[in-house]
Amino acid sequence: MSTIAIPKEIKPRKMSLAERLCLPLLTGLGVTFKHLLRNLFNPKSRYTIQYPEERRDYSHRFRGHHILTTRPDGSVRCVACFLCATNCPAECIHIEAGESSDVNVEKYPVVYEIDMLRCVFCGYCVDACPEDAIIMSNNYDMAYFNREQSIAGKADLVKPFTFDEDRLGYRPQFPEEDRMRGEMRTAAFDLVSAAKKAGAVAAAPKPN
Amino acid sequence: MLLEAPPQSDLLGRLSGAFPAGSIQPQEGYDQPTWIVDRAVLPALARELHDNPATRFDLLLDICGVDYPDREQRFEAVYHLYSVARAERLRLKVLVSESDPVIPSLVPVYQGANWFEREAFDMFGMRFEGHPHLRRILTHEAFVGHPLRKDYDPARRWILSEDQIYKPVLQTRLPETGGEDMFERMRINLGPSHPAMHGTFRLIADLDGETIVASDLEIGYLHRCFEKMAETHSYQQVIPYTDRLNYCSSFINNVAYCRTVESMLGVEVPPKAVWARTILSEFSRIMDHCVCNGTTLVDAGALTNFWYAFTVREEIYGLLEACSGARLTVAYGRIGGLANELPPDFMQRCRKLLEIIPPFITDIEKLVLKNRIWMERSIGVAAISGEEALNWGWTGPCLRASGVAYDVRRAHPYDLYDTVEWEVPVLTGGDVYDRLAIRQLEIWESLKIIRQLLDRGMPEGGYIVDDPHVALPSKEACYNQMESMIYHFKLIMDGIKVPAGERYLMTEGANGELGFYIVSDGSAKPYRVKVRPPCFAIFQAFTRLITGGSISDSIVSLGGLNVIAGECDR
Repeated sequence: MSTIAIPKEIKPRKMSLAERLCLPLLTGLGVTFKHLLRNLFNPKSRYTIQYPEERRDYSHRFRGHHILTTRPDGSVRCVACFLCATNCPAECIHIEAGESSDVNVEKYPVVYEIDMLRCVFCGYCVDACPEDAIIMSNNYDMAYFNREQSIAGKADLVKPFTFDEDRLGYRPQFPEEDRMRGEMRTAAFDLVSAAKKAGAVAAAPKPN
Repeated sequence: MLLEAPPQSDLLGRLSGAFPAGSIQPQEGYDQPTWIVDRAVLPALARELHDNPATRFDLLLDICGVDYPDREQRFEAVYHLYSVARAERLRLKVLVSESDPVIPSLVPVYQGANWFEREAFDMFGMRFEGHPHLRRILTHEAFVGHPLRKDYDPARRWILSEDQIYKPVLQTRLPETGGEDMFERMRINLGPSHPAMHGTFRLIADLDGETIVASDLEIGYLHRCFEKMAETHSYQQVIPYTDRLNYCSSFINNVAYCRTVESMLGVEVPPKAVWARTILSEFSRIMDHCVCNGTTLVDAGALTNFWYAFTVREEIYGLLEACSGARLTVAYGRIGGLANELPPDFMQRCRKLLEIIPPFITDIEKLVLKNRIWMERSIGVAAISGEEALNWGWTGPCLRASGVAYDVRRAHPYDLYDTVEWEVPVLTGGDVYDRLAIRQLEIWESLKIIRQLLDRGMPEGGYIVDDPHVALPSKEACYNQMESMIYHFKLIMDGIKVPAGERYLMTEGANGELGFYIVSDGSAKPYRVKVRPPCFAIFQAFTRLITGGSISDSIVSLGGLNVIAGECDR
């Protein structure tokens, strides 16, 4: 084992002659101008997003607003087993169970509320659900005028717009789909790098 | 990942001073040498351990209280010592009763004991005799009781009224105002909501002209008692809480916590998870260093670097989001592995990052490192020697900038750090310039580590350990097999049962040694979780760093320390 020295003195860095003459400042100016020109003439290199007109493209694991999924007949799939409420580190899920008229279902949630101001969007409820009943969406636009509005009830959680396939988020139970999307992305990366290697500048490669 | 039992330590034999028989009782069956020490000999023993060349415990990592209400000697003060030169660890325990919870202070030996003793006083009511200024640190002045005592109700809250706000007692006396003295002393207050205070810290400084003659710090504005919350939740539920410690590199906190619990459980993490943890930890480190350097330079008026540094962070966030579903608070670690399978394009994403990041880092270096304006501003400012920094309990890049090459990844390798080639960068200046420069150097080392691991290829196998007592079964198994469904329910309703015992495990966080000290009583909830926050120890030396300098120097030096309120205040 090499022993570690513990210096008692400090030896600050010394400036060289060039540094005293401020010559490296010119390199710095060059860097700034390089970025200026690139951002001016190549808008794609800019990192700023003009929200809300433009939106960031999130992955399909994004942990956004929750969705309660429904059966084909429109009733919620939740069977009020309380696993999500138990597993929630923020203790933001409130469920009141009632007896279902369907004998195969037994229980259903009379009240299912998530306090969105308490929620930390960790996805533990989705991990815990044994029924595929709670998943997350890509929706991160959440703003409220008062605290009462921030409590999402059953009606808010089963909103139809959230079933847009492209806006679904964290659902660990769809490995097939994840793999497919991943392959598409990989192919896209490969196209870009292939194009770079071939030195193709003129036009983007057209799909045949 | 189970740690081997430590070799029978001959530490006690190496002590030269004579201590009364029975005042030091070495204990068996711990992860590191552990002594129960009589409080009367504690200062002499600490002095001996610190000065004796055969022991040289020059770093006091942590002081932590544990409450056992059923015992006669109710409180346990646990000291974690470390010898940088010998890479040895030692744990001292001092037992005191509730009626007489007095322990001699270690501040004369280790200046770094200062805030840790105040914290133990605040959380448990243990009194440290001889402490220069023992008062509450994380909770506020109107707080009643000691929150980490087992009989304290976690839901109890106290309101601080304006007239109870802390009024600093500084060592200097303000002269009477008026008279002919143009440069009369002035007391200024910076923070807690000041953009230069990087979070919510409050600095009170007495100025003579522009020179700081005395200062005092107030922290705790972001205190949420993480440790109490951990005691009331199951082991898995603590992971999202750890995200919020050092939120600039939340994944490292996940790993640090999970490693500690895994080593208590004796769980072997699958190679793929270890591989991914190492890569993502290094990316998190790059991100953290970029944030730190970018904001430090903003404080000095160099705004351009900020955009380049934050672009790097932006790109890494993309990777973390693709893995975990969140950019900042990733919660991607799980006990036994990772939360999810890695995204299928993980390799491509990492490779792309390795192409994107270096030009930006080079640009920052071109702009700053040889720039005379920045050099004049930072060289020699807030300098501290390696020896003194250690005495204050410093670790991480700040310590390495002072010339001490202590890095947990090298001294006590974990994950894959001993299988890759990398250097521990060391600088000798100990000033603001070197603290910034060392982070730039570390970014290059992190990139080197990542590149080697990617070249090695992704290991086969699962992303989490296949043990139904630790990890949730896959959703497919849960839907289709009765047995898995039962395990799924049992694991969520009952939680992970960690065998009784205690463990301190260290991980190299982005700003120093991040340690988790966990005491388990065999139930599904931790009995005590203590975080050893690196920036807490670093920030307590801030008054020492800035006294004698100008007020603008104090702003520049704060950024370079990388103090994160979420971790400092917990």
